[in-house]
Amino acid sequence: MRFHDHEVAGDILALATRYRDAGADELVFYDITASPEGRTVACEWVRRVARVLDIPFCVAGGIRSVADAEEVLNAGAEKISINTPALAKPQLINDLSRRFGSQCVVVGIDSQRTADGYRVWQFTGDTRRAGDAGRESLAWAREVQDRGAGEIVVNCMAADGVREGYDVEHLAAVRAVCQVPLIASGGAGAIRHFAAVFTQAGVDGALAASVFHSGAIAIADLKRQLKAAGIPMRLTETTA
Amino acid sequence: MSEAVIVDSGGANLASLQYALERLGARAHVSHDPATLASAPRVILPGVGAAADAMQRLTRHGLTELLPTLTQPVLGICLGMQLLFDASEEGPADCLGVLSGDVQRIANAPGRPVPHMGWNQLTPLRADPLLEGIMAGDYAYYVHSYAAPVGPATLASVEYGGALSAAVRRGNFWGTQFHPERSAGTGARLLGNFLRL
Repeated sequence: MRFHDHEVAGDILALATRYRDAGADELVFYDITASPEGRTVACEWVRRVARVLDIPFCVAGGIRSVADAEEVLNAGAEKISINTPALAKPQLINDLSRRFGSQCVVVGIDSQRTADGYRVWQFTGDTRRAGDAGRESLAWAREVQDRGAGEIVVNCMAADGVREGYDVEHLAAVRAVCQVPLIASGGAGAIRHFAAVFTQAGVDGALAASVFHSGAIAIADLKRQLKAAGIPMRLTETTA
Repeated sequence: MSEAVIVDSGGANLASLQYALERLGARAHVSHDPATLASAPRVILPGVGAAADAMQRLTRHGLTELLPTLTQPVLGICLGMQLLFDASEEGPADCLGVLSGDVQRIANAPGRPVPHMGWNQLTPLRADPLLEGIMAGDYAYYVHSYAAPVGPATLASVEYGGALSAAVRRGNFWGTQFHPERSAGTGARLLGNFLRL
């Protein structure tokens, strides 16, 4: 669920509840403008979401310090996800993991296919500043684990928003070096894309936004079909 | 209105548990005051973080002596459940000793990342009021790197590279390795059952 901070909390709550009822296993709230503009997420909406949601949720964007993370976790989020701030100060991953436990600490990696292989991209919420972070994606995936990341979300930039499928090959390569839960992001456009990323890349979860927001894929249909394909899925009253 | 007091075990994320109880119409507040906890109708021992740190915090508030002597229903959640055992490999730490046995680190293996983080299915092993209405195969949400093996106190197990304790009980002490406050309908049912004990 990506949103900009001017969206009112009521919309976020309605969406959150809708996805929960539809059978989503976890929600991720991205404040994608937070990092480039140097703002932190406001905790009031986190608290309001925590009051209504009974599934785990993760907050991403604008978390630059242990104090920022503590506010978000105390407000009721299950996990915090850091991306650009981890690139600027990798030690933040160690600090967060030591303070809250690695299970709270998700590191997001925006991975871009380039002529030099897969490279980590930073400031991806801002087209003017987005660019190569000076790191190779697989090496960064290894490093963030060594520093204490408890989960890695790999967003394949070339695939993101195109709806032609997850970058299964790249995700399988990350899987090979990733001992913590791995979440695929970017490229989902059809139910078969989800099936492919689970069976061929061995990811633990698949994240998508636009296909759910637009209604192109209903979560209930998706989970039923994945389960029928032999992929373990939690079916709820609405999805069973 | 049913009421539960949540032990302030110092970790972040007490809010989500409090909200879950409020959604069930219960009054819930957080305290580390021994007298408040001793007189509470129900006590919930949550816990996020490391066993040794959590035991230190309980000791600081004089709760390591009190908690094992409580006679009202007590529910340990996640690390809170692990603290009910004799000891944990994490630290290592001596724990509350309400349940016999030790908590051990989950072994890493290909295809089985640690922490065990996500939804997994329950297998009830014996009937208990806490698990009323919860069926074999129901999903609950887990986040943990340490676990109690299946033993005499186990009410329900979960499969993660072997059977682990998902829910336990001895007398008035119950525990769940999963997070009922984050386990959708299944979790709400369990918390509702606890509030009726």
